[in-house]
Amino acid sequence: MSLLSRLANMFRPGRLTREIDEELRAHLEEAAGHGRDPLEARRALGSSLRHREASRDLKLIPWLDSLRADLLFAGRQLHKRKVTSLAAILSLGLAIGASTAAFRIIDALFLRPLPIAHPERQYALNFHGTEPNGTVDINESCNYPLFRLIAASVGDDANALALSFPLLWDLTYGSDQDLEQASAEYVSGRMFSVFGLRPAAGRLLAADDDSAPGRPYAVLSFDYWSRRFGRDPKAVGRTFRYGRDLYTIVGVAPKGFTGTEPGTVFDIFVPLLMNPGAGNPDFEWFQTLVVLKPGVAPERVRDRIQPAVREFWLGQVALHGDLPQAARDAIVNQKAVLEPARSGVSGMQRDYRQALLFLAFLVALVLLIACANVANLMTAQAAARAHEMALRVSIGAGRLRLVQLVLVETALLGTFAAAIGAVFAWWAAPFVVGRINPDRPPRLVLPADWRILGFTVALTVVVMLLYGLAPALRAARVNPFAALRGGGSRPSRLMHALVAAQTAFCFLVLLVAGLFVATFHRLSNQPLGFSTDRLLALGVEAQQAQPPSVWSHLLETVQAAPGVEKAATAGWPLVSGASWDNFVSLNGVPGSDVASFLSVSPGWLETMKIPLLAGRDFRPAETGLDQVAIVNRAFAERFFKGETVLGKTFEMPQSPNVASKFTIVGLTGDARYARMRDGIPPVAYVPFLTAPPGAMTVMVRTVSRNPLALVPTLRQTIAMATPGLRLNSVRTQQQLIDAQTVRERLLAMLAAFFVAVALLLAAVGLYGVLDYSVFQRRREIGIRLAVGARASHIVRGVSFGIFACVCAGAVAGLALGMASARYLESLLYQVKATDANALALPALALLAAALLASLPPLIRAIRIDPVRVLRSE
Amino acid sequence: MRKSHVDALQGSLDLLVLKILSRRPGLHGYAIMTAIQAASGEVLRAEEGSLYPALHRMEEAGWIKAKWITKDSGRRARIYDLTAAGNKQLAEEQSRWESVTSAVNRVLRTV
Repeated sequence: MSLLSRLANMFRPGRLTREIDEELRAHLEEAAGHGRDPLEARRALGSSLRHREASRDLKLIPWLDSLRADLLFAGRQLHKRKVTSLAAILSLGLAIGASTAAFRIIDALFLRPLPIAHPERQYALNFHGTEPNGTVDINESCNYPLFRLIAASVGDDANALALSFPLLWDLTYGSDQDLEQASAEYVSGRMFSVFGLRPAAGRLLAADDDSAPGRPYAVLSFDYWSRRFGRDPKAVGRTFRYGRDLYTIVGVAPKGFTGTEPGTVFDIFVPLLMNPGAGNPDFEWFQTLVVLKPGVAPERVRDRIQPAVREFWLGQVALHGDLPQAARDAIVNQKAVLEPARSGVSGMQRDYRQALLFLAFLVALVLLIACANVANLMTAQAAARAHEMALRVSIGAGRLRLVQLVLVETALLGTFAAAIGAVFAWWAAPFVVGRINPDRPPRLVLPADWRILGFTVALTVVVMLLYGLAPALRAARVNPFAALRGGGSRPSRLMHALVAAQTAFCFLVLLVAGLFVATFHRLSNQPLGFSTDRLLALGVEAQQAQPPSVWSHLLETVQAAPGVEKAATAGWPLVSGASWDNFVSLNGVPGSDVASFLSVSPGWLETMKIPLLAGRDFRPAETGLDQVAIVNRAFAERFFKGETVLGKTFEMPQSPNVASKFTIVGLTGDARYARMRDGIPPVAYVPFLTAPPGAMTVMVRTVSRNPLALVPTLRQTIAMATPGLRLNSVRTQQQLIDAQTVRERLLAMLAAFFVAVALLLAAVGLYGVLDYSVFQRRREIGIRLAVGARASHIVRGVSFGIFACVCAGAVAGLALGMASARYLESLLYQVKATDANALALPALALLAAALLASLPPLIRAIRIDPVRVLRSE
Repeated sequence: MRKSHVDALQGSLDLLVLKILSRRPGLHGYAIMTAIQAASGEVLRAEEGSLYPALHRMEEAGWIKAKWITKDSGRRARIYDLTAAGNKQLAEEQSRWESVTSAVNRVLRTV
């Protein structure tokens, strides 16, 4: 019986028992068929229980016995070589843990189906437009008037659901003084019934809740209900105020449902039409999901949606008579695309898909390096034990037994490593997610369940096969005659190959990580065009839109506060991701060129320390009605080809059929606008319009080094000076900029960590192999030294083969890096895999690590005392 | 391993089973028992209580292999076949048996 079927017996003793019983039963039937007395036949057979035990014991007990013995022996072996075993277990555990952590995050974000009735029938509706230059522009967002048409067009084939992007609400259950934050989502009322969800308390929203505006009902998520209300059933029926609306809590969503956006745990769901901007066709603010009815193909639904989309956009472009034809075509020809969304859709998925895949790739490489390391250690040890193995074979141990012995040791090592890995992953996954945005970390639900457990177990088994199979097979091939005579097969060829593979993977990790670090460095050291030093951005919000006099009074009060060096207002801070882009036309000729705009108050340029190159700043009395603008250098280059711009005019066509004409009064230096990654767009700064918005940002440059120290004073000043205005967000300009490089910082940080691990592991591997080969050849080296060989010869002899392997590995790693580099280009910024710097650094680091690792064994080699070695043999 | 009364009969029972299976492959337990009985002219009777543990032990040792078949009557039966190792074992056991019996005979004759 093979080892495999014995193993199988081990795991299904029930089946084994059943088979024996059946065989004995068949025997009795046979006996009865031959005319024997059934009772006599049964007596002759004896107790079936005894048979069963005797037969079963035959199959299980000896094997279990040998397993126990092997386990004890393996444990003693590991214990005997404490340091190497610990190093192997730790490095493998770290690698398994990192892999599991990566899988946990990837699973939670991309793979795990949503806890709803039929996640596989859920599709995300996106719109693909083609830009004039041929690139495809994917738009995930939709406006409400278009959604109405889409929802009607799908008919009986599907349900269309609108789910707004995550919002952070400042709401209150009491007075305005007790504001608290909660993440909210506007949803189609029918969402809950389409998802097949049942309330944990009260009722859920229904289809008629968003049939008309003015139904301020809210459903809480189970998570929020537990956190905020301690699962108090009386929470249903309570009210809270957000903005001007008083919402009534009508119920609680079931446990586990946190919305459809992995990365966000929603607290509150409210009807779609509670959004005051819902009717605006220019306002794109939600994701559309299409949930198919059973048996309906997504293509069929897409074909029903497409005409509705086209009809809508035809109507829209008709309102904008002055659009160029190309832009008009691009808008009308947008394609409706349905993409499977069984795991939901979220911005975090979009932003981190590639980054996470590459991290997983790095992690896998580190895991391979660790495997190669352990395989090398085990091979070296197996070779050192060749004597013992040969002895076992010659006194009659079966070869399978030897394989089992090595496999048990492998499994023991792997089990320890997996345990360490599990602990590491348990800690690391939330840690990494928490680092994604330190100010407001995404809330990714990271369950530890059978999916994760299964992955870890499967990974551990694969890893064990990777590092354990070769030594096990080697043990099976042991040749007692040769081994006992003192020769034996040399494992060095395998070990050399492993060193080469390790070097290749290590080089690849170094290369990719180097690119990530360089990207982060470039990105965060870009010239900004303004100074972030001691600069605060205060978001101020009004209950109702306020006249300009209120905002200028606010600014005066802040300016006069102690500790304020300079203050000014703007529509929003620079480099915050917010932007206002519009077509610009010159002399009434419609153009397809776009410029970015920002409303600022007089003194804003000075506050930001953006240099004024020519002309003047706005005057205190100037408003949007005066139609003056200050443009940046990029604007002057783009629209006026570098000619003097002062006194020139441009138009900004506003919907519909209204153009505002601006006269340029000033020219400034270039400053970053919305994002660090974007180039510097043409920007026109304009004064605030006559009817200012309900919210504004006050930029404050403080006197003290720590700008945040001034926040309590400012909060008080604002509340006292102008009732009805409220400070709703406080950020330093530096925080805003850091928030833009979060992904790059994370990639750089994790990549640097993996580089350290990979280098360390590769160095340990190289050290081990070299040390082993010196040990193996100590006799030969001793003789050579005794007959007067020079140390340099010895060193060359010992290290030549290994260094050839290191070099071959580095070249292979280089080739792999070149091949993979183009897949990560979108994650990089101003760096290329083919840069000399990008290549030289990993090569140097690797070389340094290799030298460092090989020094001790080489020194040991030339210090070998011939007399002692030869005597000990 | 637990000691059972199987061991006493072990030598000859194994030999008989192997021999029967080498002549007539694909027999189930009961048929092996009756075959031993018939071939020995009703002299030898394999003890039914020892037969199955012996079969399982030989299967474990890799001398015979078993498989389940469905008979015409629809019942399942576990039938046994000789393996290559079993063939070798048979030859060894047979020659050992012959040398032992001839030695015993010599003793009987000379004393």
